[in-house]
Amino acid sequence: MNRSLFLKLLSAFIVFGTWELAGRIPVSYAFPTFFESMQALFAMTMDGSIFVAYAETLKPLTLGVAISAVSGIGLGLWIGLSSRFEWLFSPIFIVMQAAPLAALIPILVMAYGIGLTSKVFVVCIMAMPVIVLNTASAVRNTPTSIKDMGRSFLATDRDVILKIIIPAASPVIFSGLRLGISAGFIGAILSELKITPTGVGDIITYSRSIADYPSMYAAIFSIIVLAVLFLNGLERVENYLFEGNNRGYVSD
Amino acid sequence: MDTAVSVLNVTKNYGDVEALRDLSLDFPRGQLTSLLGPSGCGKTTLLKIIAGLLEPTAGNIEIDGKQITGPGEDRAFVFQDFALLPWANVLRNVSFGLELRGVAKSEREAIAEKYINNVGLTGFEKSYPHELSGGMRQRVGLARALSVDSKVLLLDEPFSAVDEQNRRKFQEDMLELVRNENKTFIFVTHSIEEAVYVSDQIAILLPRPSRVSEIIRPKGFRSAGVENIRRSKEYLDIVDQIWASLRNYVE
Repeated sequence: MNRSLFLKLLSAFIVFGTWELAGRIPVSYAFPTFFESMQALFAMTMDGSIFVAYAETLKPLTLGVAISAVSGIGLGLWIGLSSRFEWLFSPIFIVMQAAPLAALIPILVMAYGIGLTSKVFVVCIMAMPVIVLNTASAVRNTPTSIKDMGRSFLATDRDVILKIIIPAASPVIFSGLRLGISAGFIGAILSELKITPTGVGDIITYSRSIADYPSMYAAIFSIIVLAVLFLNGLERVENYLFEGNNRGYVSD
Repeated sequence: MDTAVSVLNVTKNYGDVEALRDLSLDFPRGQLTSLLGPSGCGKTTLLKIIAGLLEPTAGNIEIDGKQITGPGEDRAFVFQDFALLPWANVLRNVSFGLELRGVAKSEREAIAEKYINNVGLTGFEKSYPHELSGGMRQRVGLARALSVDSKVLLLDEPFSAVDEQNRRKFQEDMLELVRNENKTFIFVTHSIEEAVYVSDQIAILLPRPSRVSEIIRPKGFRSAGVENIRRSKEYLDIVDQIWASLRNYVE
């Protein structure tokens, strides 16, 4: 067994063990043990309710994440490549990043209703700023010497962007994607708690209202697992695309 | 003398700072010319202007009598910090110049393979730059520049980031390269010994603003064989002579 797998299992064991202990003490009446939560998760898996919930939650989540990733990277490239657009766009995303989103949701609902559009907006507001800002700064910090190298070997502007700037910026772009997508997961659940209770947000709200805490924590746990799996997949994509960029900072 | 590259009355200003003033210099074909001078004398600026990476404020560069307008197929550049793509392996890095010129994959990899072999990196084709030592990285940079088969090779302090033993090996290899490849080499360095060792012609640049103060052409010791160059009296005299004229500019 390799060392990093061992450390991962160890850290999972410590976290879940602490959870189980805290649930048994119990630290709060409303805090179930790890095993109770896993039982609830198992039950939801067996009766299929968790899949129905995810079918609903994944709509704003995937849409929002896809929009944020594509337009975030595109916008970041544009801002990074031109010096003039930095002061025009950067403040918007810095404000977006700092804004207390929960307080802004009522405005979104007034403008876009309680449907999918508002939820997608919430995911985008959470996910996009860090993707845009990371991409822009990574593009701007491409080492001059490799750009000069490209030009001296007759690269066109398109070659310089596609074959030099984007690969060179990719580690920071991917770290922005990781942060942005995690935030997007938070946004998806937040929107289901604050706008209309659907999907996983509905399980959380409903089981809290009937004091079925194991189910509530099971739902929260499942979204975290999904996020971790997704981020691991993203790292694999990054490793596959830009192998030499991996100097050990990307986990396996 | 057959001139491959001419620098004609080049001036370069950065805002109010005059980096080069009315500088003219000829580079003989098939020979190695070094640009030597104290730091800040504009030798790298001049090299980048010849490469077409920087625009001169006034004056122009001619290659075989034709004025240049930017980077061209007739020149290849070797960078001080190697400028390798960290995400690409040695084979892709060496063939990158050909890739940008639109050479088909199998053909460019065959050419790259040949030059990887020439610089002594056979077996490292699949390695990434961060797995190589400084000396090996610069061999990759050199192979990339050779593989596009340009008439003029521009080297910007190529061995300054390489350790002493590798540097000596590189210097010997340079002499062989100049003898075997029918190319014109323009070599920027701040090392007096290195310049005298490898050059057919040494242009001493003096700073603020930069101008050519002296051109030295060593005669006798080049035929003496690589191991005898550093012992020859002419070599030592030239090193001393250059140091005498540069020492006032070193602060």
